[in-house]
Amino acid sequence: MNAPITSPALTAKDFKSDYKPVWCPGCGDYSVLTAVTKALAMLELRPENVAVVSGIGCSSRIPAYTTCYGFHGVHGRSLPAGTGLKVARPDLTVLVASGDGDGYSIGGNHFLHACRRNVDLTYIVMDNHVYGMTKGQPSPTTEPDWSSKLAPGGTGVREFHPLVIALASGANFIARAFSGDPNGVAALIVEAVRHPGFSFVEVLSPCVTFRPEQRGWKESARPAPVAYTDDPARAARRLMTDDGFNIGVLYKGRRAPFAGLPAAPTHSLADLEGGFRL
Amino acid sequence: MSKPAKKASGEEAYADFMSRAYTMELEAIERYAQFADALDTHNNPEVAGLFRKLSAIESLHAKRILAEMRWPSLPALPAAYAWESVEGPETAPFDAVHYLMQPYHALEIALRCEQQARKYYEDIAAGSAPKRVKAAAKEMAAEEASHVALIQDWMKKVPQPAPGWDEDPDPPRMNE
Repeated sequence: MNAPITSPALTAKDFKSDYKPVWCPGCGDYSVLTAVTKALAMLELRPENVAVVSGIGCSSRIPAYTTCYGFHGVHGRSLPAGTGLKVARPDLTVLVASGDGDGYSIGGNHFLHACRRNVDLTYIVMDNHVYGMTKGQPSPTTEPDWSSKLAPGGTGVREFHPLVIALASGANFIARAFSGDPNGVAALIVEAVRHPGFSFVEVLSPCVTFRPEQRGWKESARPAPVAYTDDPARAARRLMTDDGFNIGVLYKGRRAPFAGLPAAPTHSLADLEGGFRL
Repeated sequence: MSKPAKKASGEEAYADFMSRAYTMELEAIERYAQFADALDTHNNPEVAGLFRKLSAIESLHAKRILAEMRWPSLPALPAAYAWESVEGPETAPFDAVHYLMQPYHALEIALRCEQQARKYYEDIAAGSAPKRVKAAAKEMAAEEASHVALIQDWMKKVPQPAPGWDEDPDPPRMNE
């Protein structure tokens, strides 16, 4: 009898494509790419069993830099594409990547409903509080007093709180990571993929070109002072009051993930046509 | 310096030490290669080449550890090691690079990494690890010290950047 064919374990390198990223030198997204590839190796997955889906923006270039199946889609629509893919192909591990502009503004509505639907996928948002690719406009997570050439004096508009919104909308796993710690990001992605349902990992990923002051995030980011909770009310209090720099898993819910559509009735074409007969 | 591990036998502690040393090299190799790619993309071939060279040098160290331990590769996929800072002592910070940086800057980065690595090994050699680990750490600290000296010599041979080296009258605002 032949011995079973076993595949050798893959390393992070096996998940990296030959394309060189076009991100600015020093961009936090490099570390996220490293973390994603490390996480996939740690999960002992194979590239052909993983799909990376994205929208538009600097961060959304990530599918091309992996050897997994990739879909670089329409602005703000990474979640609908990723959700559809996971429902159609539940055997695939689906990672959806986005940025704070793509994910919280253009795709903000999809974010709410993806949390609510709780399809078993992992949503990674690289948040740099700015639209980097289009020259530095304020994004939904930009601080109201951040002054720039494009928004002198700041927007004066309260920033969006993605983790609070995710919790209120039904996300089943909520974590915050910092790209200055790629091993930490990888560990959180592993946990997110393993947790059933919609897992949301917000990665603080500095934009050194338009927000050079974000280099200081490495001094602000620190492990969350308390372990995660599975109590949404407690999580809400914590998320509403944290300063945006607590790193780690912050909430793990117990909602059952979307279980798939009920089996479709098996009508033949003749049956369907028959329905129209007079 | 890494966080203290549970008490292990001399052999186990030695294997763990070498596994950490190997992981440290891998992280450094990867970061230098990442910097090289980024600077290639941003049309700074001179510094890209230098980072590629630094990555290759670290690869030689990693290979030597594998050969010494007679490991075909790292025995098990290492869980992300808990370093005292977020990354290994020989890994350059991800945001240490600039598209207009010069070879001197790259060498400054490498120097800091080698100094940190030397201190990491010196601390282990001076600590309470098993004898074999301390001896290996002492040897590696000496090796890192020689790298520090080599890089310092190298820095004398490249021009120091003039003030305003990062000023760009027409900065790239689009990354493509």
